[in-house]
Amino acid sequence: MKEINDLNLPEDVKYTKDHEWAKPEGDTVTIGINDYAQDQLGEIVFVELPEVGDSFSAEDEFGSVESVKAVSELYMPISGEVVAVNENLEDAPELVNEDCYQGGWIIKVKPSDSAQMDALMDKAAYLEMLKG
Amino acid sequence: MTRQPGTSGLIFNEPNVWDKSREGRCAISLPRADVDRAPLDPALTGDTPDLPQLSELDVVRHYTRLSQWNFGVDSGMYPLGSCTMKYNPKTNEVQAARQGFAGAHPLAGEAFSQGALRLMYELEQYLAEITGFAGVTLQPAAGAHGELAGMLIIHAYHAKQGRQRSKIIIPDTAHGTNPASATLCGYKSVNLKSGPKGILEPDAVAALMDEETAGIMITNPNTLGLFEEHIKEICDIVHAKGGLVYGDGANMNAIMGVVKPGDAGIDVLHLNLHKTFSTPHGGGGPGSGPVAVTEALIPFLPIPRVEKQLDSFRFVTDCPDTIGRMHTFYGHFGVMIKAYAYILSMGAQGLLDASRLAVLNANYIKESLKDTLNLPYDRPCMHECVFNDIRQKSYHITTMDMAKRLLDYGFHPPTVYFPLVVEGAFMVEPTETESKDDIDQFINAVKAIAKEAESAPEKLTRAPVLPKVTRLDEVSAARKPCLRG
Amino acid sequence: MRYLPHTQEDIKEMLAVIGRTSLDDLFDTIPDAVKTKTSLNLPDPLSEWDLNDHMEKLASDNIACKGYTCFIGAGSYDHHIPAIIPYLVSRSEFATAYTPYQPEVSQGTLQGIYEFQTMVTDLLGMDIATASHYDCGTALAECALIALRKNKKADKIAVSDLVHPSHRQIIDTYLKPSGYKMVTIGHTKEGLTDISALEAMDDIAGLAVQSPNFFGHIEDLAACKKLAESKKILFITSFTEALAWGLLKNPGSFGADLVAGEGQSLGIAKTFGGPGLGLLAGTAKLMRDLPGRLVGRTKDTNGEDGYVLTLSTREQHIRREKASSNICSNNGLNAMTAAMYLSTIGKIGIREIAQLNHDKAVYLKSALTAAGFEPVFDQPFFNEFVMKAPKNFKQKRAELIDRHCMFAGLDLEPFYPQLTDHYLFCATEKVSRQQMDQLAKEVA
Repeated sequence: MKEINDLNLPEDVKYTKDHEWAKPEGDTVTIGINDYAQDQLGEIVFVELPEVGDSFSAEDEFGSVESVKAVSELYMPISGEVVAVNENLEDAPELVNEDCYQGGWIIKVKPSDSAQMDALMDKAAYLEMLKG
Repeated sequence: MTRQPGTSGLIFNEPNVWDKSREGRCAISLPRADVDRAPLDPALTGDTPDLPQLSELDVVRHYTRLSQWNFGVDSGMYPLGSCTMKYNPKTNEVQAARQGFAGAHPLAGEAFSQGALRLMYELEQYLAEITGFAGVTLQPAAGAHGELAGMLIIHAYHAKQGRQRSKIIIPDTAHGTNPASATLCGYKSVNLKSGPKGILEPDAVAALMDEETAGIMITNPNTLGLFEEHIKEICDIVHAKGGLVYGDGANMNAIMGVVKPGDAGIDVLHLNLHKTFSTPHGGGGPGSGPVAVTEALIPFLPIPRVEKQLDSFRFVTDCPDTIGRMHTFYGHFGVMIKAYAYILSMGAQGLLDASRLAVLNANYIKESLKDTLNLPYDRPCMHECVFNDIRQKSYHITTMDMAKRLLDYGFHPPTVYFPLVVEGAFMVEPTETESKDDIDQFINAVKAIAKEAESAPEKLTRAPVLPKVTRLDEVSAARKPCLRG
Repeated sequence: MRYLPHTQEDIKEMLAVIGRTSLDDLFDTIPDAVKTKTSLNLPDPLSEWDLNDHMEKLASDNIACKGYTCFIGAGSYDHHIPAIIPYLVSRSEFATAYTPYQPEVSQGTLQGIYEFQTMVTDLLGMDIATASHYDCGTALAECALIALRKNKKADKIAVSDLVHPSHRQIIDTYLKPSGYKMVTIGHTKEGLTDISALEAMDDIAGLAVQSPNFFGHIEDLAACKKLAESKKILFITSFTEALAWGLLKNPGSFGADLVAGEGQSLGIAKTFGGPGLGLLAGTAKLMRDLPGRLVGRTKDTNGEDGYVLTLSTREQHIRREKASSNICSNNGLNAMTAAMYLSTIGKIGIREIAQLNHDKAVYLKSALTAAGFEPVFDQPFFNEFVMKAPKNFKQKRAELIDRHCMFAGLDLEPFYPQLTDHYLFCATEKVSRQQMDQLAKEVA
């Protein structure tokens, strides 16, 4: 597993305590799991996705990622309605391992309250949390 | 040092059974047709299932070759923690195969099934005596099924009290089936951390136990192989708040004739006949998971129940508070016969000796290997002991690598990565039927592997090399499941 | 005791390593208050000779010891078991292994179960079959729970009253504590499930229909599927006689979403009702909702084919309280038995045996009709059917058992109180024309 200093944690996304990332793009926010989470889980074999149109509140469970011997729930960084899911993950869940911030994105949501983004951590705060 | 049992020998490749199929072969002796053909309306008939077409020898050879790729208790030591892989006596198989048992139709009627009913009744009595309970049902088909029966009984008990509860306390040393069984009864699992000694602290239980909590599920001895020393106090705490104590008796093999869980304050306990009572595991069942209860909980047992009237036996279904039926008929009667034969062969002293020697074997392994592998809880254990791989970490060797290397040495590995409270757990349960000689060989194998971890770690990371296949790609299997040919 | 290998010398040496002086010391961590003070009150141990005598005596208190003619099915069928089946399945490499958690030394079990899954999918026309369940009733209860989990807005399962009565009771046991309900659908006077009753029902997550049903009749599964589809609910079908699929159109061809079945007919002894074999199959869409173990094909590090347990994240040891079921041990060795049986009878044998079962049942029905029994229903059946018996039959039935060890049908009244004097008969390939003629003669 990677050392904390080797983690790829981009500056242009926000982080949650459950190791999701969220990135505003236009009027939607793209959500995925970060490098730390994919590294901890190991080889991902399945991503359980919500359906387009589902609505969730911040911190609701919206899906899960599975490795061979573990399941990890996915939690909403912010409240909103799902407007797109990454259908490529159905056949290629390994995208989450290989490219968790681009090809391995999980859902796009239309936020119900954009201000919730401000409550999420930036890279520095997230690193601080990881180092405990 | 004596030679290790693992070696290579001639085994055979064998394709899937349908790859051997040739049009026109049939391996069954068909009876003479002595009545007229009665064709069914063609609208109702379908295509014949595309089963393989083989001769009798084709079938025999296919399954004989497959069997040779397997490791069983009869092949070698199988110290799988929490699974009690003891010797499965062959006389039990002979008893179960008797025509009067194997050929018995479940609906032949009580009058024509008295032998079966008597056996069930007596087995219930014996298990009640061994566990210290007032009543037993044999109906659950496996340990997890017994656990579900037990939780349904607890649920029905609270319903009868007039107020259902919403939560159940489950310690971190519990079996994985515990939370799943609780969920089926609509209970929310509340996690309870074990204390620094690896056992439960009464204060921690008291802090969680309230009148919304239906009870607690305790495995004793627990999955660290430790006896829950405060069991009585914990039961008192739970009872004081109106809760019940569920005992997971999967580890009963450690305490037969030593402790009766019913006397210690447990209310409901399941047993695994395929662990403690020597019936074979069959590569994943069929097992049998009887449930024992206190007097107060007898009305809730599943139906039908077996009752004795004068000198005859009958089924009783008229039990208004019962949780209902758990199995189409009466449970796994074939497994019950074997456990019954085992208890009769062992007697009271034999069962006590079995537990004593199971505990002796486990402590002997613990003492003999604690300088080789890290022992997170260095306390006297019961029937199993739990090590981990911390000392091998610096050589980048994991529990999995050591387990796989053990296969090359001719041993089935212990349970690995369970219990979850120990990271990289390596959980050894030798059982009483392994001799000192075989255990010494196992100890030597583990020591040799630990040396290899330092001097030739690639021997471990590449292991196993002797079995039919090497490590398998579980990731691809799960990403692109291929579940049929 | 011959199962315990320790010599006194061994015990002494081992205790010395542990640093104890007696076996009793090993239990020092157990508080005295919970220790048992007296020895267990069990019968004195028996030698193998005595055990043989004792067990033979018990076995002979069952009528089955004499061999009997069985015209009863109802979930446990009297089929011929070829000699090679018990011979092969008792190989200890299969019987004394645990669940295949170490696949490298469990390829026999794993390939065997993979082949079992494949043959069951062929038999039922379904995409996926699990590695087995306890029995049909528990498998059916699991199917009901799947339907309820998939359709969270609904809280009821509609179940035909011609589903095996025990199976309905099991569903009820499983559903009760979670607040779900089983709604029973009645049957028509023709002996088929009256699915029209479903049309007006709300909050239903699934429809469960058994075919051949408890009366032996072949249900109109196409109509059931159509109705289930229109209500957007899962269609579950069950069966107790697996050999029926050697002849009948399989559940998959009617679009069943889930199938629960009893596989006891596939080479497994009746053994007073258990262990049998729960079969559980589903569509590919429901793969991740299925309970219990699944074996999948993969490759080893040398590129050789091999098999592993897969999709384990559905299961209790990983997903714990969110698992699709709590099942752990299943009926693995009986699944292996069924695979051996299906390989033995093969494509030719299964059709022939299934047809023979039907032929014999048709013969028996007409023989009984000629003997004064009333055929209650005029429905196509496989190897079971219902007859209304003449008034004096109860007495004659008892005499037949006494004098000829012949079990003439199952009294249906305990299961369906309105069906006084109605009996469920079964004929398999094992009964001869002579035995059926004798039955008809005795009861006439």
